[in-house]
Amino acid sequence: MTITAAGVDYDVLKVREDFPILGRTVANGLPLVYLDSANTSQKPRQVVEAIERHYLEHNANVARAMHTLGAEATEAFEGGRTRIAEFIGAPSRDEVVFAKNASEALNLVARVLADAGRLGADREVVITEMEHHSNIVPWQLATERTGATLRWFGVTDDGRLDLDGIEQLITERTAVVSLTWVSNMLGTVNPLDVVIRRAHEVGALVVVDASQAVPQMPVDVASLGADFVVFTGHKMVGPTGIGVLWGRYDVLAELPPFLGGGEMIETVTMERSTFAPPPARFEAGTPPIAQSVGLGAAADYLDALGMENIAAHEHAITAYALGRLQEIDGLRVVGPQTAEERGGAVSFTLGDIHPHDVAQVLDSRGIAVRAGHHCAKPAHRRFGVQSTTRASFYLYTTEAEIDALVEGLVATQKYFGG
Amino acid sequence: MNLDSLYQEIILDHYKRPHGAGLRDPFEAEVHHVNPTCGDEITLRVHLEAGTVSDVSYAAEGCSISQASASVLNDLVVGKPVTEALQVLDSFQALMQGKGQVEADEEVLEDGIAFAGVAQFPARVKCALLSWMAFKDATTRAVEESA
Ligand SMILES: Cc1ncc(COP(=O)(O)O)c(C=O)c1O
Repeated sequence: MTITAAGVDYDVLKVREDFPILGRTVANGLPLVYLDSANTSQKPRQVVEAIERHYLEHNANVARAMHTLGAEATEAFEGGRTRIAEFIGAPSRDEVVFAKNASEALNLVARVLADAGRLGADREVVITEMEHHSNIVPWQLATERTGATLRWFGVTDDGRLDLDGIEQLITERTAVVSLTWVSNMLGTVNPLDVVIRRAHEVGALVVVDASQAVPQMPVDVASLGADFVVFTGHKMVGPTGIGVLWGRYDVLAELPPFLGGGEMIETVTMERSTFAPPPARFEAGTPPIAQSVGLGAAADYLDALGMENIAAHEHAITAYALGRLQEIDGLRVVGPQTAEERGGAVSFTLGDIHPHDVAQVLDSRGIAVRAGHHCAKPAHRRFGVQSTTRASFYLYTTEAEIDALVEGLVATQKYFGG
Repeated sequence: MNLDSLYQEIILDHYKRPHGAGLRDPFEAEVHHVNPTCGDEITLRVHLEAGTVSDVSYAAEGCSISQASASVLNDLVVGKPVTEALQVLDSFQALMQGKGQVEADEEVLEDGIAFAGVAQFPARVKCALLSWMAFKDATTRAVEESA
């Protein structure tokens, strides 16, 4: 049991009972030590059962089915939207657009802003060097297509956003600033308030990639002040196949559709169509129905534990991990060295042992980590490394698991050193 | 899975002391290959003389498996006629993609048989094949060049 900073008992062992997968064994009978939650989180029984119940008892298509099951499915699907709106403090449920993941949501924003003529030859888009490829490539495509210029914030040696020169970077030419809230590689929590203030001063829109934030900290989009916030269901104990784009209604209402198809129209003739208001305008075709139900259940699960408690646990376990990892000779943490303004993803190098080899030895001991560039090649290059090993933690991670990681890393050094 | 079946002594030896590493002149073709999932990279040059592979030189950044495999590649193909070198490549590739069901021919693959264990680790097969695919690409280009 850990006592969280919030002063509430947070019984991590009890929490783990909700996650059957955490009780399984791998690597010839060793207990699983799952330290890859920034990649995808595990799912509690409550979420899986909600999805199962939906398929077994209420399944039908939404909106277009006029029968009882159709009504139930529609209510369940739209109920997920209402639940998510409430979970992130959205002023209106119509501001919550479902996509298939965070990547699609980011592509959606970039594409429709370009189609709306917001990015032209004299305009600029500002991102950062610590972005996930999902928040780099869509903007490269959009700026190439429109002739706009792509610019970015650098990162300081200690893994923080380099705010020096923010006034020269974000200017009257800036149309959009898109940045991550919490870095999936460095773990850095960015000072969004500073960036949002400057962006709004010059009339630029702000897109926040909250893929690593929404799972681990309380989020209130209304007070955040950004124009768009994007996140993905599978990293917040929810299912795969659903991502969320929250957007300010007045901004969404002015944007053209993304994909064309069923559900996104008002009326269609052979010559032309008119489009439904948000959120339907951006959701062509049969939506992720069971996934919405699952995501709603995930929000229920997280709220029952309390986002404050989850954040406090994440902070405590990250501080513990940073301390223990830095005891290892030759281990270098890439990113902030302390748990201040930091999320629970810790990337590191271990002497000159390649991360693949590190991960392989750890896997043989039942420990799951990620090895590679974690879809953040520019951030790796910034720190002069081609790849790192990343351990990432979540609401079910225990200190004993960190200890197992540290032992595994020492064993890795022995294996390749001797 | 048994780690030692993956990290055979031979593999670790090649990893620690790679044969033929470094980029050299002359060469007819140079290629750069990347493993997009993990970012491992290799720049590889092929020098052909009268239908024989007279040098394979390379600069590689990657894990022990990909580094050792480049070293073994160098051992196995340098000095062989191109057609024979490509046959060795086919055997190595068959071994790697055989999911542990393919019997390795020690006559052909020599130290390369140490990679038989890699075939049982699907995530690592690409690591073992990186330099070989680069070699195939470079050799094809070098042959076209001289044609
Ligand atoms: C910061 C960040 N942005 C975007 C993504 C993309 O999420 P998805 O793969 O679900 O689209 C991820 C996760 O991989 C991430 O960590």
